[in-house]
Amino acid sequence: MTQIPLSWLIALSAIVFTIGVVGVLVRRNALIIFMSIELMLNAANLAFVSFASHLKSLDGQIFVFFVMTVAAAEVAIGLAIIVQLFRLRETVFVDEIHLLKG
Amino acid sequence: MAALWNIPAVQVFTWALVKVLIILQVMLGVVSYLIYAERKICGHIQARTGPNRVGPLGLLQPIADVLKLLFKEEFIPAQANKIIFHIAPMLAVFPAIVTFAVIPMGPPPMFVVTDINVGLLLFMAMSSLGVYGITLAGWSSNNKYALLGGLRSSAQMISYELAMGLSTIPVILKSSTLSLVGIVEAQAGFYQIPGTPVWLPNWGIFHWYLVIPFVIFLITAFAETNRAPFDLPEAEGELVAGFHTEYSSMKWALFFLGEYMNMIVISSIAVTLFFGGWHGPGPAWAGLVWYLAKLFTLLFFFIWVRWTFPRLRYDQLMAFGWKVLLPASIVNVLIAALWLYGKGPN
Amino acid sequence: MLVLFFGFAALLVVCSLLVVLHKNPVTSALFLVLAFSALAGIYLLQGAEFLGLVQIVVYAGAIMVLFLFVIMYLNLQHDVETGVQTAVRRGIGWLAGAALLLVATTLLRRGWALGPANEQVPAMEHGNVAAIGKVLYSRYLFPFEITSILLLVAMVGVIVIARGRARTAGEGAR
Repeated sequence: MTQIPLSWLIALSAIVFTIGVVGVLVRRNALIIFMSIELMLNAANLAFVSFASHLKSLDGQIFVFFVMTVAAAEVAIGLAIIVQLFRLRETVFVDEIHLLKG
Repeated sequence: MAALWNIPAVQVFTWALVKVLIILQVMLGVVSYLIYAERKICGHIQARTGPNRVGPLGLLQPIADVLKLLFKEEFIPAQANKIIFHIAPMLAVFPAIVTFAVIPMGPPPMFVVTDINVGLLLFMAMSSLGVYGITLAGWSSNNKYALLGGLRSSAQMISYELAMGLSTIPVILKSSTLSLVGIVEAQAGFYQIPGTPVWLPNWGIFHWYLVIPFVIFLITAFAETNRAPFDLPEAEGELVAGFHTEYSSMKWALFFLGEYMNMIVISSIAVTLFFGGWHGPGPAWAGLVWYLAKLFTLLFFFIWVRWTFPRLRYDQLMAFGWKVLLPASIVNVLIAALWLYGKGPN
Repeated sequence: MLVLFFGFAALLVVCSLLVVLHKNPVTSALFLVLAFSALAGIYLLQGAEFLGLVQIVVYAGAIMVLFLFVIMYLNLQHDVETGVQTAVRRGIGWLAGAALLLVATTLLRRGWALGPANEQVPAMEHGNVAAIGKVLYSRYLFPFEITSILLLVAMVGVIVIARGRARTAGEGAR
């Protein structure tokens, strides 16, 4: 089984991370921003797994396991906050949530 | 051509393709006759005969049903999201069929399409993906009842998925492998209950610490396939027809097919984990016959339960899943782990 | 093998772009599910079987379902934004992304080599899952337990936050 060259995998991870960054900067819908953050986390996971397979070590995979768990917890709490924010402000666009009042 | 055949990858691929096609056709046939069996059994439970007009004993009824569904006019709601409306039924069927690739129906390597190291995890992944078909069907119909049905059904499915996964862990602890072929092989032969002259087959269900996990798995299987007594999302009385209100003709048939296919898959997994898979008296190649016998028994039990118990209300359903089944399956993992640790490696 | 990798990688990049570009949040979420599935495929190609399937179970099967639930619950429609200010903001966003990509590729082009491999790798003869289990419960036991407490905290936090303020006053001791 020919191994996939490491530089290609890291390049893919960089591209997906950049797309996530662009998503956070360009979009104003809080849920899409959240999804772009998940994209960034997954790009980092991809880098971990690629190094784990190339260095023949399992530490990368264990770390990905923890990243997935923390990401799940973060998504749950983030979505609860967004739902609560929607109840107060009737919008999910981050541009319109700019008053500390209420 | 001969040179192409000599490449081992091509051979493996072709054999897998042949097996996949056979399983697909056979399972589609089993699903249609399962619908017929359900109507017959339901009829007899309700003290009447089921369908008996079309063909001898009503055996051609499924064919009549399929022909009717093929020729029906299809309605698509005006404001529905067309692409997702079309894809949702496919998403409901696809995860169920994919799981057939790893179920051993007879002695390997001939009777299993592929044996991967993490077969049980693939089943869990596909049952997680099964939520999408229903959620998207409910949302894309642009209909309040469908949306409610879809959301309720997906909430129910993801709640019971946890208990299902946890209830399979004692089986994994016993067999020390996630591969379904390995789990079946760990159930070969007989074992003697120490201190008594009783010999039992080494099936999962005959070990005391796997009885309650089996019960939990069965209950969560009812919930995962949206079958009674957990079928509130598609209850005719409460929600019109739930998430498939706006679907007609072949798309509705696909949902129906997906539900029965899901039922067959979960029963197959239950047979593999708890009933010894294809093991049974007789020669090894008769394993397929034993597997089918066990599968049909479990399917009969599914149908029997549907027409016997009343429906659970939604809050009762969710309370049961989170407050009873989940702690019970966690406690079972603990008990099984302690017992197996105390028994020592054998 | 490489063909499969190119297929999955192309699917991943295309789906990520569509997540960011599409106007309808539900379609973005579905493309993200597809992107995660492609990523799971890449993990499987690397030999990380457990992680690949857990990616589908956790990310594609649970987290994205949660996203879809919230989107459907909030009944979000298409994003409509027009105007010069929006276009300027978007232009700056894309420029920043391009700059980041340029930095990343410049860093990659310099010569770099892998460090020495880790010698304490548990043997993989019983499969990837058994090896992960051995490492997870021996070297990484403490992070594992801390993560379970983290999940408990997250669960309690979600229930408290999503419940709202008005109801907690009236509930009293429950």
